[in-house]
Amino acid sequence: MGYVAIRGGEGAIAAAVQALEAMRCGAVEPACEPGEPLAIAAVRSQLRLLVDRVIGEGGIYDPVRAAWAIKQAHGDPLEASFILRAWRSQLPRLGETAVHDTRRLRILRRISAAFKDVPGGQVLGPSTDYLQRLFRVELLDESPESFRAAVARLPGAAAEAADFPAVVDALRAEGLLAPVGESEAAVDITREPLVFPIPRPARLAHMARGETGALLAFAYSTMRGYGYLHPTVAELRVGWLPVELPHPLSGELQEAGEALITECQIVATHGTESEPGPPRILLGYGACFGHNETKAIAMAMCDRALMAGEERGARHPAEDSEFVICHIDGIEAMGFCNHYKLPHYVTFASDLENIRASRAKYAEDGDGGG
Amino acid sequence: MAADDFGFLDAYAVREIRRALLKALAVPGYQVPYASREMPIARGFGTGGLQLSLSVLLPGDRIKVIDQGADDSVNAVNLRRFIVAACPGVQPVTRTAEATVIQTRHRIPERPLMPGQLMIYQVPYPDPLQIVEPREAERRRMHAEGDYARLWVKLYEDVVRFREVALSNRYPARVHGRYIIDPSPIPRWDLPKLHRSAVPHLFGAGREKKIYAVPPHTAVEPLAFADVPFEVERFRDEQGRRRRCARCQADDTYLDQIPLPGGGSRWQCNDQDACDERLGYPDAR
Repeated sequence: MGYVAIRGGEGAIAAAVQALEAMRCGAVEPACEPGEPLAIAAVRSQLRLLVDRVIGEGGIYDPVRAAWAIKQAHGDPLEASFILRAWRSQLPRLGETAVHDTRRLRILRRISAAFKDVPGGQVLGPSTDYLQRLFRVELLDESPESFRAAVARLPGAAAEAADFPAVVDALRAEGLLAPVGESEAAVDITREPLVFPIPRPARLAHMARGETGALLAFAYSTMRGYGYLHPTVAELRVGWLPVELPHPLSGELQEAGEALITECQIVATHGTESEPGPPRILLGYGACFGHNETKAIAMAMCDRALMAGEERGARHPAEDSEFVICHIDGIEAMGFCNHYKLPHYVTFASDLENIRASRAKYAEDGDGGG
Repeated sequence: MAADDFGFLDAYAVREIRRALLKALAVPGYQVPYASREMPIARGFGTGGLQLSLSVLLPGDRIKVIDQGADDSVNAVNLRRFIVAACPGVQPVTRTAEATVIQTRHRIPERPLMPGQLMIYQVPYPDPLQIVEPREAERRRMHAEGDYARLWVKLYEDVVRFREVALSNRYPARVHGRYIIDPSPIPRWDLPKLHRSAVPHLFGAGREKKIYAVPPHTAVEPLAFADVPFEVERFRDEQGRRRRCARCQADDTYLDQIPLPGGGSRWQCNDQDACDERLGYPDAR
């Protein structure tokens, strides 16, 4: 197979497509029985966290299409998000939603690490946090009957949204939290260019679409001393947010459906150094599509670190808005990383010529160099 | 499970951890690096403490596991279940007085510890210098040379800026006049309990791969200035009176604040067993 796209290129691409398709259909290991073709519905429901990652990074709430992308991408989340986002970029913008109050979330899971108990209660929900990561042998050969029976055993329906006041409201009432500032206008990052310094709403939007692993790495650096953060998870919520859209004729808000989201508010103590007066508790906010707790928490920590950097100058990578925002988009980073596989022999030849010329001059000067 | 069928860890890991423990006890407060193992519990949930427990427990031991002072918090329940399953012959208990080994996250029991007991801490950040220096190689030099100047400066600057050292938990303390330790995120309230304690205190940081210890009867002194003494949490109400536990009425314990629906809060003992003991174990099964 030719790698260089001159004349043999088209044939090579066709063969690559054929090979890729063979791998997708189970040619990966001849000894391994590939089983039945994956149903989109099975991916959507059984690989739900992968789907949620892809809708978040793809930047559009379409879980079924995300499942489709995952199947097409052989399960690679970066590639699947890419397919979804490429499709999304063709869609028209239909309008603007009003600000949605997440207190209205239909709760699936809701915890606060800041207090032992909170009004509305701690709702553990479906969580792997307290599982022992040991292989479950019964999954090797699961019976369809027990599989279906488990669905019926979903414990207690999620409570009404009205029962869950935000945990930070209590801290705010005590005056420990800085009051809510003027709300800044939302920025549509798919329509507005990225120009630094960027306002917080644009930063949050970029992070909400950011790659989970990248956000995690930055957030983790702040936890390990590269940026002294003292965070506590005031609240983590997973649930369905009723999405309201203005009616096209009357303009009245109408519920158009629900979106599963994860939201996290962290509080950090003694974070500010510029503000005069007694110390206050400072917020960091994270939210993303789907059930993705790692991402929401990491985003909230990055938000806090970036605000600290804004207040007193960035001292660490994760406090530098440009450094963080330009490097968390998985689709951009993955694309550019992989572009290095493209033929680069023109530039490389130029590099070689340059280095040869330099070495020749060293040799002429008799100044070492070898 | 491991070949030995006891303690999950393989014999080589147990030997390595026990040796690290002996070194940690011999050099109080020194962070001994070790090859932390992957556990079937997530990093950050107590894998360091867990590896210590699994390495020191023997059949016949009685283990108490607490998380934030509670035996029934989900993480404590999960760790206890794992330990008991991995260590046949080890009995789970909740009463502090009955335990031979206590694995804890963020608290030291209110009840004074007794000789024969072992305290094991889950540690997120083993190094007190991390708040002033992110690079580990540099921190190791600073510890070796006893160069704690930057930590003192941070404390001083806090006092100037906030009129208070801005470290509520993980308060740095000097052990046996030499190494400064991060005592894990126990509140200030618990720090004096380490001073000349009757039992060994073993600290395990799984993610950061360090083990350190405070041997029994060893001096542990919180960093403080002559004119700005170390203070523990006050728990005063609006009138300046010491708050009491709403359940057992104790006014000498660390308290949890529990916000109530519609505003206001309830305060009660954080150490569930100490509270139950004071009430004569009303829910004893």
